[in-house]
Amino acid sequence: MYSEKVMEHFSNPRNVGELENADGVGEVGNAHCGDIMKIYLKVENDVIVDVRFKTFGCGAAIATSSIATEMIKGKTIDEALQLTNKAVVEALDGLPAPKVHCSVLAEEAVKAAIEDYKNKQSKK
Amino acid sequence: MSTAKRIYMDHAATTYTHREVLQEMLPFFTDYYGNPSSIHQFGREVKKNIDIARERVAKAIGALPEEIYFTAGGSEADNWAIKGSAYANRKKGNHIITSVIEHHAVLHTCEYLEKEGFEVTYLPVDRFGMVSVEDVRNAITDKTILITLMYANNEIGTIQPIEEIGRLAKEKGIYFHTDAVQAVGSVKIDVKQQNIDMLSLSAHKFYGPKGIGALYVRKGVKLISFLHGGAQERGRRAGTENVPGIVGLGKAIELASGKLDESVARITGLRDKLVQGVMENIPYTRLNGHPEKRLANNASFCFEYIEGESLLLNLDLKGVAGSSGSACTSGSLDPSHVLLAIGLPHEIAHGSLRLSLGEINTEADVDYVLQILPEIVDKLRQMSPLYEKVKG
Repeated sequence: MYSEKVMEHFSNPRNVGELENADGVGEVGNAHCGDIMKIYLKVENDVIVDVRFKTFGCGAAIATSSIATEMIKGKTIDEALQLTNKAVVEALDGLPAPKVHCSVLAEEAVKAAIEDYKNKQSKK
Repeated sequence: MSTAKRIYMDHAATTYTHREVLQEMLPFFTDYYGNPSSIHQFGREVKKNIDIARERVAKAIGALPEEIYFTAGGSEADNWAIKGSAYANRKKGNHIITSVIEHHAVLHTCEYLEKEGFEVTYLPVDRFGMVSVEDVRNAITDKTILITLMYANNEIGTIQPIEEIGRLAKEKGIYFHTDAVQAVGSVKIDVKQQNIDMLSLSAHKFYGPKGIGALYVRKGVKLISFLHGGAQERGRRAGTENVPGIVGLGKAIELASGKLDESVARITGLRDKLVQGVMENIPYTRLNGHPEKRLANNASFCFEYIEGESLLLNLDLKGVAGSSGSACTSGSLDPSHVLLAIGLPHEIAHGSLRLSLGEINTEADVDYVLQILPEIVDKLRQMSPLYEKVKG
C-alpha cells in the first residue's frame, strides 16, 4: 500500500530528534487523532541550516515528516514557506488516499515552526 | 539478514488451510463435481459428503446435523441470524440486546435494524471486555426478542459468560445468538448445555478454507430466509452448495475438535511466555482483555506513546505479521471500538498490537518476537514527541 519511497523514509527516517536552542519549534496534530508532528529549526541569515523532527503516528506520518525536513533543509525561510502537502506527496511517489492528511500535517508543522521562528525574531 | 524470516502471528485474522483439509477438498473440484441436488449418482455421491460434513460440524458443537446450515462465512451467518430472527419475530417484539464490542458483522447489522424500526441496546463491558450477566438481565424488556453476544472477542480475546447468558435467555424465552467465529476451534462448545439458539462459525479461523461458514439454528427457532431460490439447505438458504468448501469445513472442524485440549495447552504456554516477556521487558505497556478468561492464542497489548501502524510496519520489516486496532489500520479516524469500550483513551488505543498465535508458531518464534519487539518499541518512542514529556 505504501510506495518504496515511503517505506525507505519510514525505515530510515532523516533528521530525527530535537535541536537544543532551536530558533523555531512547531507542533501540530493531537494524540487523540493518532498523529503529532513536532519540527525544530535552526536558522542562520534567514536560511534553515538544520532541522529535526519527532513524530507520533503511522508510517505515512513518519515518512512525510522525514521527507519534509529534507525538503526544507538549506532553504531560505521564504522558500520553505512555499512547501505544499502536494509537493510532499509527490516527493514520496504518492500516498494512499486515507494518508494524504499526513502530508497536510507535515506542511502545517513546517509552517508552525517558521511561525514560531518569526515570532521569536520579532521579540528580539 | 533477518528479513528472510516469516513469522505469522495473525491467526485471528485468518489461518492457512491445513494440508489434510485441502487433500479432502480437492477431489470435489475435479472428480466429484455433480450437483448435490441432482438425483443421479454424480449428485448422490456429493450429497453424501455434504451430509458427512454437516454431521462433523454438528458433532463439534453438540448440535444435531439438521440444525446446521452452511453459509458463505461468519458475516453471512451473523446477518442471517440477527435479521432473520428479528423479522420472523417482529410481532412478538422489536428489541434486541447486544454489546458494544461485537464484530462489525453484528454491530452494523443491528444498526441497520434500528433504521428498520427495531430498538437495540448496546451493553457496555468492563475494563477486561466482559459483559455483565446482570446488565443483560436488566436490559430485557417484554419487547426483547433476541440477545446476540459474541462468544470471544476477536481483538482482545475475552471470553464471555455464555452459559449464564444462555440460561437467562432460556428462562426469559428470548432467542440467544452467539458469534463464535473466534471461539470455534479454540474453546469447547456445547450448544445444548449452553442454551445457545443460534451460533455463527467460519472455517478459515480454524485451518479450513475461506468463503465457507455455518449457522447453527436450534430446532424450532423461527428464522426467515435470507437467500431465496432453490430448496438447498432444507429450503432456508438457496444456492448450489460450495461443496469443496463444505467438505473442507467438515474436515477442519473435526481436526480442530479432535486435538482441542492438546492444542490449547501448547498455545496457551506460548502465549503466556509471550505476554510475560513483553510485560516484563517493555515499560508503559498494557495487556488488553481478561487476564485469564481469554482465547488461548490471543495476546493483545497497548504500547503507550507510539502508534500501532508504524509498529506493525516495523514488525513486518523484521518478518513478523501481527495486527493493530489503531485508526490508521482500521480505516477510520477512530481507533478500535473494542479498545475504546474497555476504557482506553484514544492516544493509548492507537498504540495497540494483537499477536494471535497458531499451530505453526514455535517457542523460537516467541523468542524472536521478544528479542525484536523491545527494540522496535524503543525506536518509535525515541521518535515520539509524547515520550519526551514522560522522560522529562
